[in-house]
Amino acid sequence: MELAPRAPLKAPVTAPDRDPAWLARVFWLGASLVLLWPLMVATEFRPWILVEPANLKVTGQFLATFLPPAHSPEFLAMVARESWRTVAIATAGMTLALVIALPLTLLSTRALSVSALSGRMARGPFWLRQAVRGLLIVLRSVPELVWALVFVRVVGLGPTSGVLAIALTYGGMLGKVYGEILESGDVHATQTLLRNGSSRLQAFFFGLLPQNAAELTSYTVYRWECAIRSSVVLGFVGAGGLGQEMDNSMKMFHGGEVFTMLAVFVALVALADRVSAGLRKSLG
Amino acid sequence: MKLELDGVAARHPAARPDAAPALQPLRLQVAEGEHVAVIGPSGAGKTTLLMVLACAMPPAAGTLQVGGQNPWVMPRRALQRLRGRLFLAPQTPPLPPRQRVVTAVLAGRLPSIGLWASLRSLFYPSDIPAAHAALEAFDLADKLFERVDRLSGGERQRVGLARALLAPAALWLVDEPLSALDPTRSRQAMQTLVQQAQARGVTLVATLHQVDMALAHFPRIVALRDGRLAFDLPAAEVTRDQLERLYAQHEHELLGAPAPADHAAPAAPAPAPVVMHCR
Repeated sequence: MELAPRAPLKAPVTAPDRDPAWLARVFWLGASLVLLWPLMVATEFRPWILVEPANLKVTGQFLATFLPPAHSPEFLAMVARESWRTVAIATAGMTLALVIALPLTLLSTRALSVSALSGRMARGPFWLRQAVRGLLIVLRSVPELVWALVFVRVVGLGPTSGVLAIALTYGGMLGKVYGEILESGDVHATQTLLRNGSSRLQAFFFGLLPQNAAELTSYTVYRWECAIRSSVVLGFVGAGGLGQEMDNSMKMFHGGEVFTMLAVFVALVALADRVSAGLRKSLG
Repeated sequence: MKLELDGVAARHPAARPDAAPALQPLRLQVAEGEHVAVIGPSGAGKTTLLMVLACAMPPAAGTLQVGGQNPWVMPRRALQRLRGRLFLAPQTPPLPPRQRVVTAVLAGRLPSIGLWASLRSLFYPSDIPAAHAALEAFDLADKLFERVDRLSGGERQRVGLARALLAPAALWLVDEPLSALDPTRSRQAMQTLVQQAQARGVTLVATLHQVDMALAHFPRIVALRDGRLAFDLPAAEVTRDQLERLYAQHEHELLGAPAPADHAAPAAPAPAPVVMHCR
C-alpha cells in the first residue's frame, strides 16, 4: 500500500537563540505595573499602616475581646435560631432568584436560537435577547444592599426584605452566568436536536441541560453560599437573621458573641463547599 | 420525501465571504424512497450538501425543494415542522456525555411529541421497548441504561444512528455513519440502516468515505469533487477508472490509508483506518 508522500529532506538548521515572544511579554508586564500605579494612589493603598505599633495595639485589643467565645445555652439557642433564619433567607432568596433567572436565561441564550441555526439570528429574536440582557444588567447592577434598603422601607424590618433583595440581584447574576455557561459549552447536541425539528424547550431539556448540568449546579451552590454571606450583610440594615444579631453584638462590643457567630459562618460556608463537591461528583 | 436541487450553491456559514463556495451550482433530484450514497474526497462538499438538504442552512444560490416545498420561503414555525420530518445524523454523534443512552435514543421522537410528554419521558422513559428495539438493531441492546460517556466512539456513533429509527422522519440524512466503526460493524450498521429505511419507505442520503460500502449497499452513487458533481450513476455503472479520477491526488482515501493531517476530519472520534478495496 502506498503511503502519503514523505517530506523532502531539508538542510539542518540551527535552533533559534531566543523566544520571539519574550519582548511582548516584558512589555505587557511593565505596562500593567504602570497602569496599576495610579489605581493604588487613588485607593490610598498603604498596607504597611496595618503593622504600625499603634494600629497593632488596637487590632490586638479588638481581637482579645473575641475570647472566650460566647457559649451560654440561651445565646447558643439564639444563634441556632438565627442561623436557621439566615439559611432560610438565603435559600428562599435563591429559589426566587432561580424563578427570575431561568426564564430570562432561556430567553437570552443564543444556544437555543432557531434562526441562528442557519446563519444570522433574525431581527425580532435578536432585539428580544438584547432587551432581556439589558434587564439582567439592571437587576444585578443594583447591589442587594440597596434593594434591601428599598424593601425595608416598603415591607418593614425583617427577613422578607432580605429575601426580595437577594432574589432580584441574584436573579440578574444567575441569568447572566447561566447564559454564558450554556453558550460556552458544546452546543452540538442541542443544535442537532433543533435541526431535527425539536422545540427550544425540548432541545434545552434533552441537549443543553444534560450537557451543562454539573457546571450549572456547582455555580448555583456557590451562589447559595454567597447568598448566605450576603444575608449577613443585609442583616446589618435590618433584614433579619444572624447579621442583625452580629450587628447588635458589635455595637455592644461583645466580641465573644461575634466570634461564635463568625464560627457558624465558617461552618455554613464549609457545608456549602461539601454539598457542591458532592453534587459535582454525582453529576460529573 | 422527494428532493429537488436546481442550481443550488452553498457556502459554509463560518467560511470567509471571499472563499469559494463549498458547493458549486448543483442540479440533483432524489425520488421518494430512493437510497443515494454521496462519495468524494475530503473537502468535496459532501457535508455541506447534506446540511443544505437538512434545511440547516439556506443555499447561497438556486432553489431547493424538500418534499415539493421550498423550505426557505416558509415561516419559521412551518420550517421547524418540516425539519421534524427529516433526520440529520451528523458525523460526530450529538450526545451529551452525561445523558443515558435510553434518553439519547428517545430524543429522536421529540419532534412528534409535546413538551409535557417529553418532560415525562425524562422522568420515566416513555417507550423503553422502542428504544430497546432500536438499539437491538445496532447490536447495542445491553447499553440501554448506560451513560453515553461510558461508551466507546463506535458505540456512540451507533447510538446516534439508532436515534433515526425513532425519528418521525421521511428523509434520513446520514453524514459518514461509519467513520468510527470497524469493517464488520460497518457492514452491519450499513445493512441495518438500509433495511430499516427500505421497510419504512424512507428516503436515505448518506455521505460515505468507504467507496466499497457505497457500491455494495446503495443503488445510486453521487460523486462530488471540489464542490462539483463528478458523476451521478447507478452503482453498477461506476467504473474503477471513474473512481480513480474522482480520487486523483487523494489516492490514500480510496486505498484506505489515514488521511494526512491537513484534511483531518472531525475532532471527536478518531476514525479507525479501514482498508478498502475497489471493485
